[in-house]
Amino acid sequence: MCFALQNRIMKDIRKALEKRILVLDGAMGTMLQEYKFTEADFRGDRFKEAAHSQKGNNDLLSLTQPEAIAAVHAKYLEAGADIIETNTFSSTTIAMADYGLEDAVYDLNFESARIAREVADQFTSGNPEKPRFVAGSMGPTNKTASMSPDVNDPGFRAVTFDELRLAYKQQAEALADGGIDVFLVETVFDTLNAKAALFAIEEVKEERGEDIPVMVSGTITDASGRTLSGQTAEAFMISVSHIPLLSIGFNCALGADQLLPYVKRLSRKSHTYISAHPNAGLPNHFGEYDQTPEEMQALIRKYLDQHVVNIIGGCCGTTPEHIREIANAVAEYEPRTLTPTAE
Amino acid sequence: MMMNCNRYLKLSGLEPLIITPDTNFVNIGERTNVTGSRKFLRLIKEEKYEEALEVARAQVEGGAQIIDVNMDEGMIDGVHAMTTFLKLIASEPDIARVPVMIDSSKWEIIEAGLKVVQGKCVVNSISLKEGEAEFKACAKKIKRYGAAVIVMAFDEKGQADSYERRIEICERSYRILVDEVNFAPEDIIFDPNIFPVATGMEEHRKNAVDFFMATKWIRENLPCAHVSGGVSNVSFSFRGNNAVREAMHSAFLYHGIQHGMTMGIVNPQMLEVYDEIPKDLLEHVEDVLLDRREDATERLLAFAQEVKGSDKVVGRANMEWREAPLQDRLTHSLVKGIDEFIEVDVEEARQEVERPIQVIEEHLMNGMNVVGDLFGSGKMFLPQVVKSARVMKKAVAYLLPFIEEEKEENSRSAGKVLLATVKGDVHDIGKNIVSVVLACNNYEVVDLGVMVPPEKIIEQAVAENVDLIGLSGLITPSLDEMVYLAKELERREITTPLLIGGATTSRAHTAVKIAPEFSGSVVHVNDASRAVTVAGNLLGRKDADAYKAGLRAEYDKLREGYLSRSKTKSYLDLESARANRLQLDWEAFDPVTPATKEIVEVTVTAAELEPYIDWTPFFRSWDLHGKYPAILKDEKVGAQATELFADAKAMLKQIKNEDWFDIKGVFGVFPANTVDHDDIQLYDAQGVPTHKFLTLRQQSKKSGQVPNLALADFIAPEATGKRDHIGAFCVTAGFGVAEKAKAFEEAHDDYNSIMVKALADRLAEAFAEYLHEKVRKEHWGFAAEEQLDNQALIAEAYRGIRPAPGYPACPDHLEKKTIWELLQVEERIGVSLTESLAMWPAASVSGYYLAHPESKYFGLGKILADQVEDYASRRGIALEEAQKWLNPNIADR
Repeated sequence: MCFALQNRIMKDIRKALEKRILVLDGAMGTMLQEYKFTEADFRGDRFKEAAHSQKGNNDLLSLTQPEAIAAVHAKYLEAGADIIETNTFSSTTIAMADYGLEDAVYDLNFESARIAREVADQFTSGNPEKPRFVAGSMGPTNKTASMSPDVNDPGFRAVTFDELRLAYKQQAEALADGGIDVFLVETVFDTLNAKAALFAIEEVKEERGEDIPVMVSGTITDASGRTLSGQTAEAFMISVSHIPLLSIGFNCALGADQLLPYVKRLSRKSHTYISAHPNAGLPNHFGEYDQTPEEMQALIRKYLDQHVVNIIGGCCGTTPEHIREIANAVAEYEPRTLTPTAE
Repeated sequence: MMMNCNRYLKLSGLEPLIITPDTNFVNIGERTNVTGSRKFLRLIKEEKYEEALEVARAQVEGGAQIIDVNMDEGMIDGVHAMTTFLKLIASEPDIARVPVMIDSSKWEIIEAGLKVVQGKCVVNSISLKEGEAEFKACAKKIKRYGAAVIVMAFDEKGQADSYERRIEICERSYRILVDEVNFAPEDIIFDPNIFPVATGMEEHRKNAVDFFMATKWIRENLPCAHVSGGVSNVSFSFRGNNAVREAMHSAFLYHGIQHGMTMGIVNPQMLEVYDEIPKDLLEHVEDVLLDRREDATERLLAFAQEVKGSDKVVGRANMEWREAPLQDRLTHSLVKGIDEFIEVDVEEARQEVERPIQVIEEHLMNGMNVVGDLFGSGKMFLPQVVKSARVMKKAVAYLLPFIEEEKEENSRSAGKVLLATVKGDVHDIGKNIVSVVLACNNYEVVDLGVMVPPEKIIEQAVAENVDLIGLSGLITPSLDEMVYLAKELERREITTPLLIGGATTSRAHTAVKIAPEFSGSVVHVNDASRAVTVAGNLLGRKDADAYKAGLRAEYDKLREGYLSRSKTKSYLDLESARANRLQLDWEAFDPVTPATKEIVEVTVTAAELEPYIDWTPFFRSWDLHGKYPAILKDEKVGAQATELFADAKAMLKQIKNEDWFDIKGVFGVFPANTVDHDDIQLYDAQGVPTHKFLTLRQQSKKSGQVPNLALADFIAPEATGKRDHIGAFCVTAGFGVAEKAKAFEEAHDDYNSIMVKALADRLAEAFAEYLHEKVRKEHWGFAAEEQLDNQALIAEAYRGIRPAPGYPACPDHLEKKTIWELLQVEERIGVSLTESLAMWPAASVSGYYLAHPESKYFGLGKILADQVEDYASRRGIALEEAQKWLNPNIADR
């Protein structure tokens, strides 16, 4: 993609953010569960012979069940989402190692980005007044760079910065090739992992000569108000603010009501855009999310009333109906304005 | 003098470190450095990382705000040592909370370090020594790893050794970093080289002055950049003479900070307090540092020789302070962190005073105040203050056995007091004050907290063998809980004296309702200061029995008087009272339809509420009586009130800035009419009846034209055919309060624990006032033109009222349940009701809004059995239950 076009799109998402609060889509996994895909469905033709079981490898469905992925994207866009996330949360060599699919990583990211791009562009051309954007989802992987998984050996690390940086770089390149508008480094529970992702993204941007904006979204794991790796909300923000970010925010682990205080903290301290995509409440005893779209909307209204977000969406347990309710509420509000100097 | 910069250097470990213009000097711990600490070097060489971690921990505990880690030593594998140590630090939260400074002259070690730290660190250091290309490459990577950087004043030609070279190199480095690498200017920290002075070499004379001037120039000309340095270098030529070195470090830092130095690598062990440097030594040192005289170096060398020459001289010079008066000696020990003589001096002080506690309250506090002042004015630094605290601790530890002994002596006459807020009640400010006051007077206090069931109170009273039981409560149902507890104690034949306190309690209630149920002593204690006297009297060895008998007699008399008076009071039956209702002119009344018809949730900040605070009750909660603001100038309590007010304002500022509380509320205004005499029927938008508020009517016989009021009288009766409205609300400032209070309690800071609760209460009341105004002016809009200041608001000079269930006009707490259902209070803002219908969190207010211009507050007073029966059937509850809830208002007949 040529520099000028990329530049135009970037301007567009910034322009859109100046005008309104953008709605991010909801959970992909929750929607895919409804298809009740079998092991064979997951494998498709291409991975018939794969050595590992693939059931549950949702990212793989971009290659083997692309229509389903496109259909979920379309549902969220139809519900009013401005930004859809590519189906690539775990599409790194590190996370795919569990499924033995390290070699498919480029295709997973490229195809996921392409599918999302295509559906988003259809909606944009249907209503050019409301351009839709594609965010390349980059999850935390399943390993931590600043914590030891072995309590008896606190100096041990299951993954290094350089391993993460290389894996993320591969993912970022493929996502950029597939045509995403913005990188979304999300569900950050170890800030060092995120810093490796940001390092990789900077390398990719420099090598391509493109300025693709970057969103970062951390995860506050519980009421302690800290990330899994122990940082407070503000320490987390400081640790990832060395490159210019389009937005910073929090997602996952908590419902909208529990997450609000931390988002507020970021909002007060940051001079970039603020995002939030909370879960549909906390899981019940069966691990299911039963907050209704209306309930979630009521909670999201507090974010809107207090002008603390620019980008708002859903994480685990949210559906197009949740996003529709959120989009309906969002339409009534002005976006949070940027102050050149926050505290 | 600093360039205007609104971008702050922000670093992070697990917690943020933000360096603003208001930040005191940031000291960087230097002990985890193999080039500076032999011990650390040995531990790293021997791979004793566990012990090496303790060095880091001690630094953080000692007040280091950043820790410098350096592994540059020929025999050490620097990359391995650096990454191993940093990874281990990452799993120690009490160390990892501060940012790390990765210190090495080797880029590979720096980069390896950057790859294992999640927070934003500082790289120490890079420079133009190897040329621009290398400098830029390193800077770019540092930026990409997300770190700040120390830049040495060093270039291809060598290290800067003059003022001109310093600013030349710093400016060039800055321009490359900011303009070419796009490095954030606030992330640049210059080290303009601290070199030794008084070396005897002419060219070293200006080393300190040049550093100061370069620092000033950097701060004025290179926006946002910071200045740091390794301070101990300056005194290099006085190795072996710590007295002079410490004075030099301290004086150097003092002037460095004056010139704009923001941080430095400092050994707190080698730092004198600036004000404590002997005047002659200071003069000699400053002559050298500031290059004030031609012969400055010679003079200091000679003076140092003298100081050093004979240990006796040093000893005598150092010991001179031992000749000073006692208070000065104690202050000196505290300020300088010397623990050598503290016990001797404290013992001397103890001999002088009556009670050992006075040594802490007077001598030691005087000394700590000096420490506080020096710290505040930048003449002492955190690590020194920590040392002072250690000496203070030692002094207190010495005194403790004496204090205990004194308590011991008194314990036969003082004693153990159990305190509890009774079941269903959550209010504990008053109780906590009593607890502190008793503890200060050598009572041992067993505080069971809030919502304590009677079984637990009794069980603990027996188990702890307490001498007194203090019960507290703020809401009316608590009165019955106290009566119940008295009965239970009686049944179990426990006669431990009872102290009764709390806003809703009274001497009358205690005399009439509690005393007859209990054969032990019972006293109503209306303020905290009286608690000590009462407890003293009850447990006094000599006269306790006489006091108890007197008490009993007093309460018996009070009860008889009260009962006979209430018997003579005349009442109307319910029917007659209703006939004497307030008749408003409904013909002329034009009800205002509210602009807002939905239930609305409101979130506000403490800052918005501050102007609405009514401070008078705040002082009352601290037992300071008088009206605000006059109380600040009150002859008796003015000084104390002013001090308390300043503390309250300071905490309020923190509450505002740091968002301590989640402040939220909910309200709605609903179509309504009065039906069936005393009930207020609510309707939905379609006119379908929904909830019903039950009001109670005064029954005491009135004179002349005075009506028997019920709140229902202020709402248009259904028969008028006019649809009136009533509002309801609940607001809270209580979320976050318990956590803060607990944190203070854990830090043994009862004062602030009480303060935070008292302020939350004020904010909740202010919120009620604020919201009421919004409702009058906007949401309901019947008083859109109203213009009142806070005084007028407090004086309730507005139209309409907001009575609260549980208070005089409507003492029926059950009404809260209706409000909760109506507004979905718990679902919307999380405020819940206890079994006694107290609101949780405690700093919450709920009530109704009535808009009629004639509506006013009144007290229900006592009601008769016929209204209780009528009420029970209206409410649909058993008579006994109705009696229980309305008990305080039922006339004794």
